[in-house]
Amino acid sequence: MQAAPQAPETVESVVIRFAGDSGDGMQLTGTQFTETSALAGNDLATFPDFPAEIRAPAGSLAGVSGFQVHISSNEVFTPGDEPDVLVAMNPAALKANLRDLKKGGTLILDTDQFNDKNLTRVGYASNPLEDGSLSNYHVHKVDISGITIKSIEELGLGQRAAVRCKNFFALGLVYWMYNRTLDHTLGWIDAKFPGKPEVADANRRALKAGYHYGETVEVFAHTYSVAQAEIEPGVYKNMSGNEALALGLMAAAELSGLDLFLGSYPITPASDILHALSRHKHMGVRTFQAEDEIAAAAAAVGAAFAGSLAVTTTSGPGMLLKAETINLALMMELPLLIIDVQRGGPSTGLPTKTEQSDLLMAMYGRNGESPIPIIAPRSPGDCFYAAVEAARIALESMTPVILLSDGYIANGAEPWKIPDMSKIAPIAVKFHTDPSTFKPYARNEFLGRPWAIPGTPGLEHRIGGLEKENVSGNVSYTPENHDFMSRLRAEKVQKVADRYQPSELYGDASGDLLVLGWGGTFGAIRAGVKTAREAGLKVSQLHLRNMNPLPNDLGDILKQFKRVLVPELNLGQLSQIVRARYLVDAKPYTKMQGKPFKEIEIFHAIKAVLEVN
Amino acid sequence: MRVYPEVTHTDPGTLKLKDFQSDQDVRWCPGCGDYSILANVQRAMPGLGIPKENFVFVSGIGCSSRFPYYMNTYGMHTIHGRAPAVATGIKSARPDLSVWVITGDGDALSIGGNHFLHVLRRNVDIKYMLFNNRIYGLTKGQYSPTSEVGKKTKSSPLGSIDYPIDPVSMALGAGATFVARTVDVDAQGFQKVLASAAEHKGTAFIEIYQNCNIFNDGAFVQIQDKKSRPSHALMLEHGKPMRFGEKNEKGIVLDSQGQPQVVHVGDGADSVSEDKLLIHDETSDTLPFVISRMRPPNFPTPLGVIRKVKAESYDAMLNAQVASQASKRKSVQELLNSGETWRVG
Repeated sequence: MQAAPQAPETVESVVIRFAGDSGDGMQLTGTQFTETSALAGNDLATFPDFPAEIRAPAGSLAGVSGFQVHISSNEVFTPGDEPDVLVAMNPAALKANLRDLKKGGTLILDTDQFNDKNLTRVGYASNPLEDGSLSNYHVHKVDISGITIKSIEELGLGQRAAVRCKNFFALGLVYWMYNRTLDHTLGWIDAKFPGKPEVADANRRALKAGYHYGETVEVFAHTYSVAQAEIEPGVYKNMSGNEALALGLMAAAELSGLDLFLGSYPITPASDILHALSRHKHMGVRTFQAEDEIAAAAAAVGAAFAGSLAVTTTSGPGMLLKAETINLALMMELPLLIIDVQRGGPSTGLPTKTEQSDLLMAMYGRNGESPIPIIAPRSPGDCFYAAVEAARIALESMTPVILLSDGYIANGAEPWKIPDMSKIAPIAVKFHTDPSTFKPYARNEFLGRPWAIPGTPGLEHRIGGLEKENVSGNVSYTPENHDFMSRLRAEKVQKVADRYQPSELYGDASGDLLVLGWGGTFGAIRAGVKTAREAGLKVSQLHLRNMNPLPNDLGDILKQFKRVLVPELNLGQLSQIVRARYLVDAKPYTKMQGKPFKEIEIFHAIKAVLEVN
Repeated sequence: MRVYPEVTHTDPGTLKLKDFQSDQDVRWCPGCGDYSILANVQRAMPGLGIPKENFVFVSGIGCSSRFPYYMNTYGMHTIHGRAPAVATGIKSARPDLSVWVITGDGDALSIGGNHFLHVLRRNVDIKYMLFNNRIYGLTKGQYSPTSEVGKKTKSSPLGSIDYPIDPVSMALGAGATFVARTVDVDAQGFQKVLASAAEHKGTAFIEIYQNCNIFNDGAFVQIQDKKSRPSHALMLEHGKPMRFGEKNEKGIVLDSQGQPQVVHVGDGADSVSEDKLLIHDETSDTLPFVISRMRPPNFPTPLGVIRKVKAESYDAMLNAQVASQASKRKSVQELLNSGETWRVG
């Protein structure tokens, strides 16, 4: 019986989490919902959360994969603190995610999977569908597997193939709940399976079956609508941090007129940058998958000497291995980009989880006095601009530059306004060619040295890791020269700060509290500060992007506030630097759960430090 | 717009040995075998037909790795063991350059063992010279991965308990397309090997026995000494029977088990005629392994080109892949605009 259609209820925003076994296609389901919502004009942010194991045993807690998306008619800063809706494809997904679900939130469960075997496997003594333990939630029990199989029965694909379509059933159902059209996903299916019409047909049928189930079954008659957000006009695409980094590197190559070279060794969560650049041979990109992290960096140093825009990408454990090579680039004064997509550490740590705990390693984790500029993008789309800025500094100052991304922004995605390349200043690179004026360690206005590449007649010279004499570049062990060069290298990096734009505060220029953050925590901090300001608190936000050297105006800004709070996904690394450098009583607010900050956590931390309720 | 300089290359025909000598004082110990190697390399350079500015010498750490400072070419003195990786980056980015790696037994086989393996496996088009003196010299005399068992050094006062590695066997195991061995002071043999290596497209690996007169003097004396060399070295020549000896009276055969044997060559009852001797074949897949296992005291030391086969190099294939896609090149703006997009406002 067809339920009488009701007008959908308009909500400002909604957070949905799709969770299932890592073989259930939850990442795909979430991505499809995201793209469809973006096309509908919502602002949004996403957070994929998947296990380190590629295929943990089916139905186990270790194998649960999730994808959270926050859609809104207002500005969105984070993927959302707690889901309003949880789609759980099996008992493991329910068990792993229920504690995050908002009280009174909506649960959609695949009843077919709540059998004794699956329940026992994850330690449920009784069936939560029947024991009343879910009474605080709106529970929709749907035989997702069973109905999916029935809906495609006549295609004769067999049960296993049929079960693989159940994520499309769930997606169709959520599309119905949020008044979305199926057009985008139907188009995606057509494009994805051109040579497999029966597979495409099965997925189409499952998607429509889910949608029609919502239409038909009365409990779903109540639907929601999220209106278009006010978004800066322009052409947008959905952008993840790793993809933005790859694009930013190619943009930097174009802006500088250099060939791009990537030396990399696969490592979670940075491998997608290697994948993305490997697909772009047609852009002149050379990618080298090395035998190890050291070789990846070393090959990049070789390519830099040879005149490429040289990059190496990795995550924390790989950074450690590259340290000696990074110092070689520093001593040779060659431009080199080192991209560290931070993950939970130490050691192998939490490979697929996010953290910001590599800051002090990037600052200090090499032998000797080893100053290196460090840039930390604040969002997925910002990775593009951070890559261009890192390249600009490296090439102007002839120095290695570290870019600190993190697992959260690397895998997270946001709608991203496509940049106009003509509005981005070119990066001036001029290779030295005149033998009569050539001194390998002469200095330009940024204290960078000349770049003279092999193949240029008359400029044959030798560089290496031994201490160099300024100007001549000859090996020098004299005490005065080492003292001079150590200070010169520090000054060269310090001078990068002279080229920064003035720092931009969110909120007033002075007040009771400055919330000082850096990198991928931008969204949560902005949302928390916004809430605090709306509650009348005199709070401002400064979000650092240039971690080394720190902005020249930072010291003055800090003095304008009675208190400073530094939220970080580590045990207080930036706060240590700020306290040491500026003698300010910066209070750390830290979290080490492999998860990003929630907006509410920042708000509570602000209230706590201001001692208000 | 690419910013690389347009240059007019120097005419390689005008180059002389002295063009390759840098202005730096050579700081190896007097009497070191490295002096002979440097002289041999500098002597070979002008004849290779390559503009001087296109040479890049890359080294790691150790006595031998000071080498680039003494060559008046582009050079990089890098970090311990990593020179092959640096060289791979240079050659991949710039296949027009002639890239030479200088390394030692500690640099290549101990700390840099992984890169040794992989540069050979990939067949990157570089020349790779390993100075093997079977000792750590720069750190003042510890045993190395090629030192013999029982060797007494500062770090092995009761004798080394490490079994040594054979660089040639290891190179062959990694799939090296060019493998040769020579001795620091044998100018003639050295030049032959260099000439053959220079024309090879792919990783040309040359093990050079080098005397460290301070910490391991005389390690190779029998094949360094011109008088004893004929009896102790097997000078390999492609297509020629394997003969050696003071009067060229000995040869190598394979027995019925495929094992090499030293025999007397001649017509006598205990002798073997020359037509029964093993013929050296650089292109064979298996013979180089047999040769690599021949060593004193039961065998002479094989010298010369051990293996030389044609295979496309890593850098050539990489750049061919890039070139094959060049017609599809887009601007970054076109790239950004492609894919699923939507317009707001």
